[in-house]
Amino acid sequence: MEAEPFIVLSAILFTIGGVGVLTRRNAIVVFMCVELMLNACNLALVTFARVHGNLDGQVAAFFVMVVAAAEVVVGLAIIMTIFRTRRSASVDDASLLKY
Amino acid sequence: MSFEAPHIEYATLSPLLIVFGVALVGVLVEAFVPRRLRYLVQSVLALVGLVAALAATIWVATDLTVRGDGAARGSIVAEGAIAVDGPSVFVWGTLLLLSLISVLLFAERHLDGGLSAFAGQAAALPGTEAERQASTRGLEHTEVYPLMMFAVAGMMLFPASNDLLTMFVALEILSLPLYLLCGLARRRRLLSQEAALKYFMLGAFSSGFFLYGVALVYGFSGSTHLAAIAEAVNGRIGGQGLLLGGIALIAVGMLFKVGAAPFHSWTPDVYQGAPTAVTAFMAACTKIAAFGALLRLFYVAFGSAERDWTPMIWIVAILTMAVGSVFALSQTDIKRMLAYSSVAHAGFLLVGFVGLHEGGEGISSLQSVLFYLVTYGFMTVGAFAVVTLVRDAGGEANHLARWAGLGKESPLVAGIFAFFLLAMAGIPLTSGFTGKWAVFSSAAQGGAWPLVVIAVLLSVVAAFFYLRVIVLMYFSDPVGDAPAVAVPSILTTVTIAIGLAATVVLGILPGPVLDLAADAGAFIR
Repeated sequence: MEAEPFIVLSAILFTIGGVGVLTRRNAIVVFMCVELMLNACNLALVTFARVHGNLDGQVAAFFVMVVAAAEVVVGLAIIMTIFRTRRSASVDDASLLKY
Repeated sequence: MSFEAPHIEYATLSPLLIVFGVALVGVLVEAFVPRRLRYLVQSVLALVGLVAALAATIWVATDLTVRGDGAARGSIVAEGAIAVDGPSVFVWGTLLLLSLISVLLFAERHLDGGLSAFAGQAAALPGTEAERQASTRGLEHTEVYPLMMFAVAGMMLFPASNDLLTMFVALEILSLPLYLLCGLARRRRLLSQEAALKYFMLGAFSSGFFLYGVALVYGFSGSTHLAAIAEAVNGRIGGQGLLLGGIALIAVGMLFKVGAAPFHSWTPDVYQGAPTAVTAFMAACTKIAAFGALLRLFYVAFGSAERDWTPMIWIVAILTMAVGSVFALSQTDIKRMLAYSSVAHAGFLLVGFVGLHEGGEGISSLQSVLFYLVTYGFMTVGAFAVVTLVRDAGGEANHLARWAGLGKESPLVAGIFAFFLLAMAGIPLTSGFTGKWAVFSSAAQGGAWPLVVIAVLLSVVAAFFYLRVIVLMYFSDPVGDAPAVAVPSILTTVTIAIGLAATVVLGILPGPVLDLAADAGAFIR
């Protein structure tokens, strides 16, 4: 199996996620971009597992999914509280703490 | 095909398991114990659990087996996932001691009229009737204790993990509870929630980088075990691009947790917005855990590639010290200033880390960094504990202008705070001096003397902003009505006393703790 296309795809997905975190304003969308980055990592891990012919990478991908799920719980809780207080989920509005 | 059950060394892992167990029991207490008893049950449970874990750590420390040539002691347990060796046990002990005194700050209810520093009801919107009711009914979130215990467990697992996957999971276990704890302040809730949002967003972003680095290093070496990675790095098998990219991305994730520039921007915001008890805990313990993991990863797994990563760490160290020292000068908020000071400390620690002195003559880099972490931890918790005492009607008076003339108002509190500041500046006869001396001398012996020269110069700049606060407290007149210094209960008093005692003793008699750090020996591979 040719591994390179999959690694390139995962790098592209990771970059899209990274750029999304930096440019998007809505906290939910920013958070989705972080999830995209984690899933790009999963793709890379699974591809490398195939290349090396062992299961470490696949096992790691399962762990990453569980961690991502836990992160969603905590993250959405925090975003929800902010949204209820400010009536906005824009990350630009949360700007009391500066300098 | 038969399934072979993994072999877990429960006795060796007992400190870790006790803390995890107490955290889980804490969740059950939340569900089954009546509300009025929860505060007492939770705080006693957390204290007892931490003491038990500390006792178990001491027992494990006396029982480490010597391996190979005797430089390293300990064993690799849990099917190769966790390394319980000298440095791990040293970090565990330090973390547990600091968590113990931080838990006392969490439990403090004397400062704010019988209420804890945590939100009565996090779901009640700020400024609404529901929030006022929660306050008058004396509600409080006792979930903070189990959350803290989960964070402590993650912090203990992080520097002891011998496998990149375990390390990533530990990173998340320590981070997720901290994100929540940051958002639970009783006063200034908008700031607190904003701090939680910023910490969470940036923390999740950086852990994405860490994970992609793990994937690349796995692609390079074919394993996530640190020993197998070290072998692959040594033999230079596989693609160099994968290795260098992986090291760089993992370093981004690690340096974010450490609070090193240019990944420090969350530090001041989060330290300012979080409840001060949480800031004290987080500032001391996260840094210790993250430095433990950074040392293990770079010394054990990437040790043979040191030529590739030392230039990067040199630049990061210089940048971190400069940013921390210079930006702290212009701060007007005491917690923000201490946050920048912790950034500067991360830079000094990186100087010790990058010295790469193996020991032999003088103290080794590992020993010096471990010692510095102990000194830093105690003075940080102590200083933030003092910050909780200076209050006005709106809660803590964190603006620096409100600290003017504190020396006349309350000579004792001002004196203690001045002492902590002098320790952070590294004045002789305090632990800050011995810690700085340790990292600088080990780095100089490792050949990083240009870095040491820069570090000494920047620590002079850093001394200036500490002295500025001392001058403000003693030689300025109070503006408006002076802030009151609240009388703490025995809990905060004990925390400050322990922080103060450790800072004095480690400054005058650093020998025993330095010997302990030397006894910890090297990492096992």
